[in-house]
Amino acid sequence: MSRLVEVRDLRIEARTDAGRVVEIIRGVSFDIDEGEIVALIGESGSGKTTIALDLMGYTRPGCRVTGGTVTLDGVEMGALPESRRAAMRGSLVSYVPQSAAAAFNPAHTIMDQVVEVVRIHGSMPIPEARVKAVELFRALALPNPETIGERYPHQVSGGQLQRLSAAMALIGDPKLVIFDEPTTALDVTTQVEVLRAFKSVMRKGGIAGVYVSHDLAVVAQIADRIIVLRHGEVREEGRTADILERPQNPYTRELLAAFRPSAAPRPPRVDRDDAPLLVVRDVVAGYGKTDAQGLPALRILKDVSLSLARGRNLGIVGESGCGKSTLARVIAGILPAAKGEILLDGRPLAADFRRRRREDLRDLQIVFQSADTALNPHQSIGEILGRPLAFYHGMGGRTREARIDQLLDMVRLPRPLRHRRPGELSGGQKQRINLARALAADAKLILCDEITSALDTVVAAAIIDLLKELQRELSLSYLFISHDIETVRAVCDEVVVMYKGEKVEQLRPDVNGGEPTQPYSRLLFSSVPQLRTGWLDGLAQDPELTRAFAQR
Amino acid sequence: MSVSLSSTRPARRWRIGYRISPVGAICFVVILAWALVAIFAPLIAPHPVGEIVDFDFFQSVSAQYPMGTDYLGRDVLSRILFGARYTVGISLAAVTIACVSGVTLGMTAAVIGGVFDSALSRFLDALTSIPSKILALVLVAAVGSSISVLTLTLAVIYIPGSYRFARALAVNVNAMDYVTVARVRGERLGHIIRAEILPGIVGPVLADLGLRFVFIVLLLSSLSFLGLGVQPPNADWGALVKENIGGLSLAAPAVIFPLIAIASLTISVNLLIDNLPQKIRDRSEDA
Repeated sequence: MSRLVEVRDLRIEARTDAGRVVEIIRGVSFDIDEGEIVALIGESGSGKTTIALDLMGYTRPGCRVTGGTVTLDGVEMGALPESRRAAMRGSLVSYVPQSAAAAFNPAHTIMDQVVEVVRIHGSMPIPEARVKAVELFRALALPNPETIGERYPHQVSGGQLQRLSAAMALIGDPKLVIFDEPTTALDVTTQVEVLRAFKSVMRKGGIAGVYVSHDLAVVAQIADRIIVLRHGEVREEGRTADILERPQNPYTRELLAAFRPSAAPRPPRVDRDDAPLLVVRDVVAGYGKTDAQGLPALRILKDVSLSLARGRNLGIVGESGCGKSTLARVIAGILPAAKGEILLDGRPLAADFRRRRREDLRDLQIVFQSADTALNPHQSIGEILGRPLAFYHGMGGRTREARIDQLLDMVRLPRPLRHRRPGELSGGQKQRINLARALAADAKLILCDEITSALDTVVAAAIIDLLKELQRELSLSYLFISHDIETVRAVCDEVVVMYKGEKVEQLRPDVNGGEPTQPYSRLLFSSVPQLRTGWLDGLAQDPELTRAFAQR
Repeated sequence: MSVSLSSTRPARRWRIGYRISPVGAICFVVILAWALVAIFAPLIAPHPVGEIVDFDFFQSVSAQYPMGTDYLGRDVLSRILFGARYTVGISLAAVTIACVSGVTLGMTAAVIGGVFDSALSRFLDALTSIPSKILALVLVAAVGSSISVLTLTLAVIYIPGSYRFARALAVNVNAMDYVTVARVRGERLGHIIRAEILPGIVGPVLADLGLRFVFIVLLLSSLSFLGLGVQPPNADWGALVKENIGGLSLAAPAVIFPLIAIASLTISVNLLIDNLPQKIRDRSEDA
C-alpha cells in the first residue's frame, strides 16, 4: 500500500481573546496509508479536530500553521493557493461533521445537497450523480434509498442524517474521508447501525479515513490504527489491538482505565429503616392542553413508578426522548405532574415546586447536565456557592466563607477558585461546582441529570469517583440519569430502563444478577460498544428486535 | 516598545483592578464637563440667556462673541451654556426613569410570564401605537409645561421600547438552567431579577440606554420647536438649532455650535457605554 497522507512536525498556534498566543499543535507527525482508517483520540482540547481539519488544508479562524507540512496524495497542502485546496476538498478529501443536523441546510432537499459537491466540481453530470447517490444510500443501509433524497433534512432521523452526510462526503470519490465524532450525538442502538454502515462502505471502496473521537470503544471497532493525542502532542501510536491491550504510555493507560469505571460491587446493606427515601407512584406528565381527566395531550411520562431506598442510588437509562430527563424535572417539580404522587421521606410533595415547602426544596437538589448553563456566568464561584448557604441556612459572614472553603475541599477543588467565574474553569471543574452547590443545601437526594455526558472520559470517571466518595461521607442518595449505561452501572445499585415514557423494567442486583430480561433492555445493553476489537463484527442482534425498537 | 508596555501594564492594572479605556475616559470627562456646565451655567455664562447683545443677527465668530450671535442677536455661547441645563438634565433624568422602569418591568414580565406578561405587554404595545409627539402634545397640553412634566412625559414615551428590549433579552436568560436552579431553590422574584437575570442583560441594556438618550434629546428639541418643550427665552440645544436654522445659508455659527454640543454629548454617552471600565479577569494574572 502506498502512502496517502504524510504529516510532518505540524505546529499550529492560536490566539486567545486576550491576545495571548498558545501553541495548540506541537510538532505532530504521522502517516496514513491508502485504504487505512486511523483514529485520532484524545480529550477535548487535545487538538484532534484541529489536526483533522488541517488535513484538508483548513485552519479555523484565529489559528495559524507555524511549521511542518501536510502532504496529501503527493501534494503539500500548505504550499497550495486556497483555490487549489478548495478544488481538492470534496474530490480528494472530504469531511463528515459531528452534527449532521447543523451541516444540512433545512431549506433544500437532501439529494440537492448530496450532489452539490459534484455540481461545484463539475466532475460528473448531475443525473449520473443522482444515480450514484442512490447507490450510496443503499450501501449505507438507508431505508427507501430511491426516495429518501427527495425529503428535507428534518424529515429523517438523526442516525439517517448522519449517514446521509457520509453519502455527501463519499459522492466525490475521495481518497480520504475525515469523520469528526460522527456518532457522538447518536443513541447507542443507532450508533451500532451507523458504524456498521460506515465501516462497510469504507472497506468496499478502499477509502482511507481519519476518525476523530473521544470514545475508545467506538474507535476500536472501526480503526486500523489509533493515535492518542494530548495537549497537541502524539502520546502513543499503534495498531488498534496493541493500544487496547498493551498500552505503553501512562496517559493511554489512564484513558483505558477511565473508560470503564469499575462497578464496585457494594456489600448489600441491611437497611434498618425500610421506608424508602423517594417514592414515585403512577406519575403522568407532559405538555399541551389538558383533557377532561386533567391529562396533557402529549404525554411524555406514562404511569411511571419507582422507589429509591435511603442511602442507595437509582439509575435511569434510556435513549434520547425516552422521558428520563422529564422524569427528573417532574420529581423536582419544574414540570408539574398531571397525575400520580411523589413522596420524599414519606411526605407527599406538591406537584409544582412553587407550592413545596422550603425544607422539601432543600432536601431535593437537582444537578443539570450542562454546567455551562447551570452556573451563572456573571457570578463568582463564591457567590454561587454562598447563595444556598445564606438562603437555606441563613449563614453569613465568616461562617459562610468557611463553609464555602469546606465545600470546595469536598469537591476537591483549590480554595482560591472561589474568586473565579464559571467561564474561567474547565468543564470538569464547573461540574464539581455544580455538585458543590447541591451539597451546600445539605440535600438528602440529588437528581443528577446526565452530569457526566458533556465531559471527557477521564474527567467523567473522576466525577463518578467523587460522587461515590461524597456518598460515603454524607449519606446521600442519587437519582442518576444517563444514556451511558456503563456509567450508570458504576454508580447505581438499581437501574430503571425507560422507553418512550414508560418504565420497561427495574434491574436489581438480586434478580437475575442485574442482567436485563426484557427484549428492549437486552437490545439497549447489547448495543453499548465494548472495548475490544471485533465487537461490532461479532455482534449478533435480532434484526426484528432492532427494527421494532431502534428509532432510526 | 511592546515589551515595555507589557512589563509596566500588569503592575498598574493590578493596582486598579479595572481596565480603563482611554476613549471611555475622554467621554466621561466630556459628560462630566457638560454636567458641570449645566450646574454652574449662571456663573460662567458671559450674558443672561435672553439678553439681546447686538442688533446685528447671525454674526460670525468674534472675540466678543466666541460662538457668534443668533437670529435675534443673542449670544450663542451663553444660550448653549444655559441650554445644557435642559438638554443634559431633562434627557438624562428621562432616560434614567424610562430605562429603570422599562427594564424592571421587562424582567418581571419575563420571569413571571403568563397572564401578567401578556397584559403588561399588550398595554405597553397600545402605548407604543400612539404617535409619540401627539402623546406628548396631549400630556403637556393637559397638565401644562414644566420641567418635571416634560421629564415624565419623555420617560413614559420611551418606557415601552425599553420594556420590549429588556423583556426580549430577559426571556432568553430566563430559560437558562441557572435561573431554573434559583427558582427551584425557592428564591423570590426580586432576587431572581437582580442577581440572576440583570447581570446577563446589563450590557445590551446599557447600549440601548445610550441610543434612547439620543432619541430623547431629539424628541425634546422637537417639542421645544412646537412650543411645548422648554419655554422661551430659555432653550435647549435642539431648540437652538431649530430657531437658527434660517441662518444655515449664511453659514452662521449659531446653527453649528448647538449641533456640536448635541453631538459631543450623545456620542460621548454612547462611547462611554461601549467603553465602560472592565474588571480585569485574566487567569494568568489573577491566580
